[in-house]
Amino acid sequence: MAKVLVVTSGKGGVGKTTSTAAIGAALAQAGQNVVVVDFDVGLRNLDLIMGAERRVVYDLVNVVQGDAKLAQALIRDKRVDTLSLLPASQTRDKDALTPEGVERVVGDLRDKFDWVVCDSPAGIERGATLAMRHADVAIVVTNPEVSSVRDSDRIIGMLDSKTARAEAGERIDKHLLLTRYDTGRATRGEMLKVDDVLEILAIPLLGIIPDSEDVLRASNVGCPVTLHNPSSAPARAYSEAVRRLLGEAIDVSVPVERKGLMSRLFGRKVA
Amino acid sequence: MSIFSFFSRPRSAPIARERLQLLLAHERALNGRSDLAAVLQEEILAVIARHIAIDRDKVNVKLDRGGSVSTLEIDIEMPVSLSPVKN
Repeated sequence: MAKVLVVTSGKGGVGKTTSTAAIGAALAQAGQNVVVVDFDVGLRNLDLIMGAERRVVYDLVNVVQGDAKLAQALIRDKRVDTLSLLPASQTRDKDALTPEGVERVVGDLRDKFDWVVCDSPAGIERGATLAMRHADVAIVVTNPEVSSVRDSDRIIGMLDSKTARAEAGERIDKHLLLTRYDTGRATRGEMLKVDDVLEILAIPLLGIIPDSEDVLRASNVGCPVTLHNPSSAPARAYSEAVRRLLGEAIDVSVPVERKGLMSRLFGRKVA
Repeated sequence: MSIFSFFSRPRSAPIARERLQLLLAHERALNGRSDLAAVLQEEILAVIARHIAIDRDKVNVKLDRGGSVSTLEIDIEMPVSLSPVKN
């Protein structure tokens, strides 16, 4: 039974696209048949983070409007063959997505894949509501910072009221993914702690992604961080989050950077 | 500033936590009725306008959310001569 997963947050810039790519790739590496779908019509970026920007021919809007077949628009990942991308359109706006069209495309994707991972645009408007519309599972990406937590609270409210599942009186599985976490700053009382955010938002914790240089390094080269440097702290955090998503019970911890002698001496990666 | 101030830097995270808890308690209570102040303004105006001719621009409705007490402040500037509305 296919699962539709939405990666959402309300606030922009908290790491939705990075998380979609990392989680999609890790799910695919775990043997699942995965498609990552970019719902950010007009401001697409998932193609860039996945390193597929030069292979985009057709996009989600073309498929929704019936101008292209689903198979024509899907881009198979070159590194993991069970991973595909359905890019967003760059030239259109979010009004080009119709509720009926999105429902049909998500239905077709359910038939083809085990996981349909929808990368939501920021905001609470049409693009975001359509991205979460057919979700069975939601990952709420939050930074330990007041505006992000407030927006996440709003999004959680929408997941409980505006999704197809909510309207049918069913439950939608919600998980918190805390990104850009800095254990040192949290310990010193300069940043909201994991427990603070958990207490306020009151949804189960899927993972804590440490603030790390590896995330930018991976996006620079267009590779999900879980594929680019699997032993890095954020990659391990994402991989563990994915194992929890697949039903494994593992304690949540903040993976730490493993520093070698050279990086300890010079304070940066030598490679 | 003493040299100890460096070691006793005020911790800002507890403040963030408190502000959020307070704010979200109120926002959840409103539950989609974020236009409460505007709705109140319209309805209060309608009631008063039945009796006194008032300038719509001189009405101010403010909601202030505090820890233990929230206040609703309605500020209506009366015209110089209180002229009753003629029916």
